[in-house]
This record gives sequence, structure tokens and C-alpha cells, in this order.
Amino acid sequence: MTAQAASAAGDAARPPESAEVIKADALEDLLDGLGRRGYTVVGPTVADGAIVYDELTSVADLPRGWTDEQSPGRYRLARREDEAWFGYAVGPHSWKRYLLPPTHTAWSAERTADGGMRILDDPSPVPRYAFVGVRSCELAAIAVQDRVFIRGPFADTVYARRRDEVLLVAVNCGDPAGTCFCASMGTGPRATTGFDLALTELLDDEGHRFVVEVGTAAGRALLDDVTHRAAEQRDVAAAVDITDRAAQRMGRQMDVTGIRELLYDNLEHPRWDDVASRCLACGNCTLACPTCFCTSVTDVTDLAGERIERQRAWDSCFTLDFTYTAGAPVRGTTRSRYRQWMTHKLATWIDQFGSSGCVGCGRCITWCPVGIDITEEVAAIRGTEPDESGENET
Amino acid sequence: MLPVSEAVAATPLAPRLTHVDRVERETADTVTLHVSAVDTELPPFAPGQFDMLSALGVGEVPISVSGDPDDRVTRQYTIRAVGAVTRALTSLRPGGVMGVRGPYGHPWPVEAAVGADVVVVAGGLGLAPLRPAIHHLLAHRDRYGRISILYGARSPDELLFADEMQRWQSDVDVAVTVDAPSAPGKAIPPWDGRVGVVTTLIPDALFDPHRATALVCGPEVMMRFTARALADQGVTGERVYVSLERSMACGVGLCGHCQLGPFFVCVDGPVLRHGLVGPWLAVREL
Repeated sequence: MTAQAASAAGDAARPPESAEVIKADALEDLLDGLGRRGYTVVGPTVADGAIVYDELTSVADLPRGWTDEQSPGRYRLARREDEAWFGYAVGPHSWKRYLLPPTHTAWSAERTADGGMRILDDPSPVPRYAFVGVRSCELAAIAVQDRVFIRGPFADTVYARRRDEVLLVAVNCGDPAGTCFCASMGTGPRATTGFDLALTELLDDEGHRFVVEVGTAAGRALLDDVTHRAAEQRDVAAAVDITDRAAQRMGRQMDVTGIRELLYDNLEHPRWDDVASRCLACGNCTLACPTCFCTSVTDVTDLAGERIERQRAWDSCFTLDFTYTAGAPVRGTTRSRYRQWMTHKLATWIDQFGSSGCVGCGRCITWCPVGIDITEEVAAIRGTEPDESGENET
Repeated sequence: MLPVSEAVAATPLAPRLTHVDRVERETADTVTLHVSAVDTELPPFAPGQFDMLSALGVGEVPISVSGDPDDRVTRQYTIRAVGAVTRALTSLRPGGVMGVRGPYGHPWPVEAAVGADVVVVAGGLGLAPLRPAIHHLLAHRDRYGRISILYGARSPDELLFADEMQRWQSDVDVAVTVDAPSAPGKAIPPWDGRVGVVTTLIPDALFDPHRATALVCGPEVMMRFTARALADQGVTGERVYVSLERSMACGVGLCGHCQLGPFFVCVDGPVLRHGLVGPWLAVREL
């Protein structure tokens, strides 16, 4: 596991101890180097009015000169004044779609000649991905999913096999969106650990270039294949300034002090009724969330009954079927389902996996069709005693 | 593609194939399946653990093992037909094939209870997950103090393992009650036993409340009232264990469905101390 092998590089505030610089042109060479090593390169590109993740064939596929404007329930592409390749925050996709595909076959079974059945493992080959343009919040999300899928009592082999092969090229975030709050969650905007290479894009008087930090030997080998020079003090200072300023421009913030106890103590807070009156229980937030991991299985058979596939797909705790037990759902109301999602994300996750399930990427806020804002919901529960007048709201 | 043995090692979600050897009808909608492995033996289970059972082509459900844990060859499952998968499983005939993977989850604390009294309280189908524990207690009868089995069913025709219960009676205290001695529209054998919910048996049961361990399984509301009735007798929640039922799509802590507050019922349960899980069970729709 290349990126996981990277040890903690220190706290977010500390500038990189050593860094190198590549010219913008060299990024193409870096992508070529990934291709030569057998990686399928996945990164940001513009499609359907959004910056999504897809296979990249060259830097020409990057969202050059584009940025994203995000607010609760709203996402729009906009032109930048410069030609930055990574001048946006995050889009609707997250990397989880490549580590645990939205639908896949868990196993299949086929009839044998003697009339019995034989069970076969998932036959698909394990893809070898290089993720390019991974944000710091997304590195944190991958680390969260590692704890869910690999560190538990049973490993998810689909995830583990793919994760094992992944190479991570992070790109530090210089333009947080209106829904971003990674600074509150301690997950960004500067990538400090969990990457093979971390880039900071600079567009200043000295030209379009990237300051590069090396996280692993695999990253080192990749960088050594392309033209680079040692970073000078002013390159490093400019790179650190990018993320320092980004940290000051978070569109949202969340006070996470004692949040586990806060939510455990407020399972019957009237705010849950309030949010339930707005929530459509559509599940968009869970699909957009880079850490939500729930799945369901369905059996699919051919007409002759010769072959069975157990198909596994992302599921959402917002569906009524999700808790169906012995004839009835446990969580029959939207109130209980929103409470489950938010309480899991911010509180029970800590008991289960030793960290928050939220990385502050803001996707659930942006992609909620009615603009429900998790930071606002937390603030409401924190700031109000049961009070109809709302006078106690922060 | 990998053959089955390697596939099992490769993914925790692939079942082993088993044959149904015998089908015992328990009630109108409940049967006990006796199954054995087609090739590789099923790993031994501890009382209270569950397996994920596959009706091939239909789906998979968690079912507690209901047979004797010392029987290494045959696995028993007592299943009520309530949904598509349990209907398919309860329709299996001898020779039929089904998938099994497991065992999973935390078992009943039969070791921790050694040297003290044990109270087993079962409601309806909840007797099935307790039956392996009863087998264990009977097989090691001299290691325990007084053993009381308190069982409640809705009506006399819903009683499970009635013949077996007669045999248990020679070694342990057994008390049985039904909610109602008759049911409208159903021909039910005459009942001259106790009538009332299972908690009404608790004040009459003989056990040392300061040392006894209680094993409780049944509908959630029954477990809540049983824990309260036991507390009234002086058995604290630290020594009351319940077995929970939740939707499970994986059984191994990966699918997310079975969460109850901080617990994954599949890996943290299904058997949990009531003192620990009671406050979470008390929150509606959690």
C-alpha cells in the first residue's frame, strides 16, 4: 500500500521540509510516467456541467481555467481569470467510486454438470489506478474508508485489492468552495500525509509550475522520471501561502467541540423534526459523501437458473428499506433517518472507527436538492435549547 | 475464476454450499432445517452466534443457529417465513441446496456464567437463538447453579420444541406461558397451563438475583420489559444479556444496515449486555 505506507508528515501548519518544483509542462510527463507504470490515470475533467473524475488521457482533459461556485443546493461551473488546471474545490464525484464501485458482483454461482451448484469469486481483474488531483479532505476520506473496509474484523476484499494498487497524487486546494469546511474538521486544506506525491499549483510572475512534496518511494521514482529542480524558499513560501489563504476562506465552519456528546445528548431534539420537514430522504448526500460506505445485495439469475450473481450496490440509510427487519422498517420516518445519518457521521462513527466520519468537503450541502446544511444543523442543535421562538439560535 | 474454497478465502461474502438433510415443521409458519456442508465442514459455532443463509437466486438473511453446538456435522436453523428469502428457505426440501457463511457475532456468555444461577427468558421465536445455550448448560449441568427456563408464546400452537422442553424439565426449572390460550379462527389444542406474558413468570422463578446471569431473547418490547422485571428482582443490566435483530446485508460489519447507535449488531452483537445497549434500545426508531 504505497500511500498508506507514508508516515505522518507532521501537522498542517508546518511547511514542507523539502520540496521540488516541476514546470506545468512536466505534468504531462508525470502522467505519461504513470501510464508507463501500468496505471489507469483518473482525475478531474469537465463533463455535464461539473468537474467530475474520469480517466485522463492527457493534461488537456483537465478543467483548465474552470472553477466551481457552490452553495447549499447549488453548483455552477465558472470561468477563472487564470488558466489554472486545479482551480476548483471538489465536484459531485469522490474517489470511492473507484475503490468500491457503485455496483459490482460480490460472487456468482453456476450449475455444475452433475446438477449441483458451484460458487465463484468475483472474476473481474483488479484495476490499477493513479488518482491525480486528490484533495486533502479526500485523502482524509480515503483514510476513513480504509478504517471501515480494511481495519475492521473482516476486510472488504473488493476495496482492499483496489486500494492496495492505488497511487495517490494530491493537489493542494487553493480555492475552497462556499460549502467547504475542511479547516474545521482538521482535514485540510494542506495535504500532510497519505499521498505518494502532493502538488501545489502556482501561477505567479515566475510562471505556471507545481511545488511537489514526496510522500513515498513510489512517488519519488515517479518524480525522478520528469524534469524537476529543488524548490527555493520562495517557492515553498508561495505554496504554503496558497493553503494558508485557503484555510481563511472556508465557506462554512463547524464547531466540533464535544460533538459526540452533543449529539448523544440530543437524540430527541426538536431540530430533527425541523430538518425532517425539509429533507426529501433522497439519499443524494450519502452518494456524494466520500466516506458513506453502506451497501446492499441483490440476487440476479438467468432465466434457466444456470447462473446466479449476487450483486452489491451502494445503498443509503435514507431509504425506507434500509432497516427492514422482520416485517417492518426500524427507521420508518425521515426524522429518524436524517438523525441516523448525521449522528453516525459525526458521533457514533467516533466510537466505531476512532475518527469522525465527516471530512468537511461540503458535498452533502452542495448536492442536497433542498440545501440542507450539516454545519447549520449542528449549530442549531448546539445553539438552541428546545425553543420555538428561535431566540437562542446562534 | 476461483473454485469455491479459494473464493471463500478471498471474499468474506461468498457462502459455502450445504445440503438440507431434514426439515422439521415447528409451527404453521416455522420450520427447523438440518443442514450439512457439501464439501468443507462448517466452522464450529458458539451458542448465540448466527450464520448468513443464502437462498440461491433469492437473497441472504441472518439466522441464529438453533442446534447443539457440540454437533459438528449438522447445523440447525429455526426459521419463520416472513419475507421472500425466509419463504424460500422454509420451502426447501431434503436434498435442497442453500448457502451458509459464518458463524458471526458475539455469543451468549455461557463461560462467564459458570458457578452461578442462569435465567433463560425466551419470547416466541426467541427461543431458537437460546436453544444452543440451553444445550450447552445441560451438557455442563454441574458447572452451573439453578437454571430456569422461562418461555412465553402467543398461543399453544406457537410453542417451539415442546417435546424437548419436557426432557429439559428433568434437569432444570422450566416454566411456560401463553399470551392467549386460544385464537379466533384457529383450532388449538386445549391449554391448561399458565396464561400471561413471559415477564409474569419472573417473580416465581428461583435464582439468586445478586449472582444470576440472564439470557433474554424475543421481540424487542418483550426484552425491554423482561430487563425491567429482572431489575425489579435485583438482577442488574450488567448481568442481563439480550440478542438483537436488525437488518443485515453482510454480517461482517461492512454493509452498515444493522447499526444501533454506536453498535454494529452483527459484529458487536447480536448478544449484548442490556446495561450497555438498553439506553439505545429505549430511543424510538434508532
